[in-house]
Amino acid sequence: MTTLDSSKEIQKNNSEVNETHEDFRMFGLITFLIADGMTFAGFFAAYLTYKAVNPLPDGAIYELELPIPTLNTILLLVSSATFHKAGKALLKDKNSDSQKWLFFTAFLGIIFLICQLFEYFHLPFGLTDNLFASTFYALTGFHGLHVTLGTLMILIIAWQSRINGGRLTSQNMFPLEAVELYWHFVDGIWVILFIILYLL
Amino acid sequence: MTISIDPQKTNNENLQPKGWLRYFSFSLDHKVIGIQYLVCGFLFYLIGGTLASAIRIELASPMSDFMPRDVYNQVLTLHGTIMIFLWIVPVVNGAFGNYLIPFYVGARDMAFPRLNAVAFWLIPPSGLMLVASYFVEGAAQAGWTAYPPLSITTPQSGQIIWILSVLLLGGSSIFGGINFIATIIKLRRPGLKLMQLPMYCWAMLGTSLLVVLSTPVLAGTLILLSFDIIANTGFFNPVLGGNVVVYQHLFWFYSHPAVYIMVLPAFGLVSEILPVHARKPLFGYTTMVFSIMGIVVLGLVVWAHHMFTSGTPPWMRLFFTIATAFIAVPTGIKFFNWVATLWGGKISINSAMLFSCGFIINFVFGGITGVALAQVPFDIHVHDTYFVVAHFHYIVYGGTVFIIFSSIYHWFPKVTGKMLNEKLGILHFIITFIGFNLCFAPQHWLGLNGMPRRVAEYDPQFQLVNQISSLGALLMAISTIPFLINVFLSVRNGENAGDNPWNALTPEWLTSSPPPVENWEGEAPLVEEPYGYGKEISEQK
Repeated sequence: MTTLDSSKEIQKNNSEVNETHEDFRMFGLITFLIADGMTFAGFFAAYLTYKAVNPLPDGAIYELELPIPTLNTILLLVSSATFHKAGKALLKDKNSDSQKWLFFTAFLGIIFLICQLFEYFHLPFGLTDNLFASTFYALTGFHGLHVTLGTLMILIIAWQSRINGGRLTSQNMFPLEAVELYWHFVDGIWVILFIILYLL
Repeated sequence: MTISIDPQKTNNENLQPKGWLRYFSFSLDHKVIGIQYLVCGFLFYLIGGTLASAIRIELASPMSDFMPRDVYNQVLTLHGTIMIFLWIVPVVNGAFGNYLIPFYVGARDMAFPRLNAVAFWLIPPSGLMLVASYFVEGAAQAGWTAYPPLSITTPQSGQIIWILSVLLLGGSSIFGGINFIATIIKLRRPGLKLMQLPMYCWAMLGTSLLVVLSTPVLAGTLILLSFDIIANTGFFNPVLGGNVVVYQHLFWFYSHPAVYIMVLPAFGLVSEILPVHARKPLFGYTTMVFSIMGIVVLGLVVWAHHMFTSGTPPWMRLFFTIATAFIAVPTGIKFFNWVATLWGGKISINSAMLFSCGFIINFVFGGITGVALAQVPFDIHVHDTYFVVAHFHYIVYGGTVFIIFSSIYHWFPKVTGKMLNEKLGILHFIITFIGFNLCFAPQHWLGLNGMPRRVAEYDPQFQLVNQISSLGALLMAISTIPFLINVFLSVRNGENAGDNPWNALTPEWLTSSPPPVENWEGEAPLVEEPYGYGKEISEQK
């Protein structure tokens, strides 16, 4: 997380008209992400319980292949790094660099979603085929929903970081920091999901 | 990093409606939102109470003659869902939390006022949706637990509306929880230490932690359940290879903490009310704080005691029995602390005090049956009987609802600047207390003798006791009348209360009644000893 150096200046400007207080929007976001993480925890717990006690019926197909999800893992990890680059560039007031990195991050997110859909269409089982197929689609689908929302938010802040008239500047980093934290969270969840669903 | 606060006062003056109209607006004032929660919750309480009366009328005779059996199932499902998700949780958390917490931490509003208003405005539409589902194809019939496979096989539209409604209410609850945590931890007035906060702040902090950690799991579970209903997947459908016990685990991972979400704030409120009317400091502040946090931790690891008959393995039964019995320790500490607070105090017998004492009596009774239910052999004997119904209502009605009424009597002068009529209040208490115990105490006997719950018909040998119970329910319904008369009369021409009619020391009484829009004229007072009764006034300041 990057901190805002010029915050004192804003405080000074505003203190004539308003009171100031500490910014706790990030605190609220972290609390929300803990809650969101608990949703995933519930799904993972359900999946692991099924794995432990519910045998796959005879003739049911549930096989996963590794190449695409491995590629997806790499894509998301790289996108976390590029997002971080965008934040650093913005902090140095290099808005156009920041915007490029943001668009690149969003591009990686979109590639991830396309790969995910490609995997969906080429798997030998459908949503209602058996318990594990359903759980697979529910878990990856719920995560994919998070990636979709994240990509949309990245595109929005990329638009906001435009040079003339954009809201996102080194004085107003919060939108970028918030989306960045959310994006790292979604990446982290993917790593756990990858381990539990594909590797275990 | 700091941000500026919008000049909200001017915004309010220009844009927000005045007078009673502001209660129908998207107001950002925490006091308005608190009242919105309270009144909205009370309207749903009247609906849920009507449904409860219908249940007791049906059960006055052994046959299902008052309504058809499937309607009975819908009525009991709606009764449970409305009372839990639309009355107790929003009122005891949302209403009093929003009204009091900013005062207690010395703030002008909650940490996220807009999120706060959103959280409230999710409630009326989802509640109306739930009630309206009765007119679609019949409301949900699977009880407030919505256990599959029952919830998968009953008519679908009602069940799906039920799920949507509970998801929205869960979202509202999570937003509220985030807001409370941020307000209590981050928005405290400079100089106010955590261990100087009034006890209700601690209770709400614990409750909000439970909300944030457990409600999302319920949301995920209900999403999976709706897939089972709509998309024909088999997560919880044994016919398709699914596992119903997984649903029960996930459901109770939320719904056991939900009991604490309903009762911990009541613990906090009673800890505010008792010292004021007994004119004594709250006994054992530190132990109270640690008990609340102990209950939060233990409350997250006891859920399977609802599932002793669901084929749980012996090690699980052992673990959850012991963990559940352990919860009696922090709860017992709190109980003795309240008794010790009253001990030797200069007690004024008024409505708020009477309801609080009623709470203590009912709650200790419900607590004892709770410890009994944690024991596997006994639990298997009375599982799904009226014993469980009696235990639950002793906690949630005898406990929490008594405290809601006590709090209304205590804080009504703060909100309106008028006193409630004491005679009507005491009448309200007497009818409620007698009616409640007449209604639910006999149900212990019914359960021990094997009368199953959630069934419209029963063995004729239970008729007399059921009729006694229904008589109690009638008294409880009647008890609402003096309360409503009292509120309407007092709002119009009640006795003027002044700013601090109880001579209380907690911060909300140190401003005018009703309070100004941003709570304080000037800086918020620093209250280092919110329970410093019986000390010299000079020491206080």
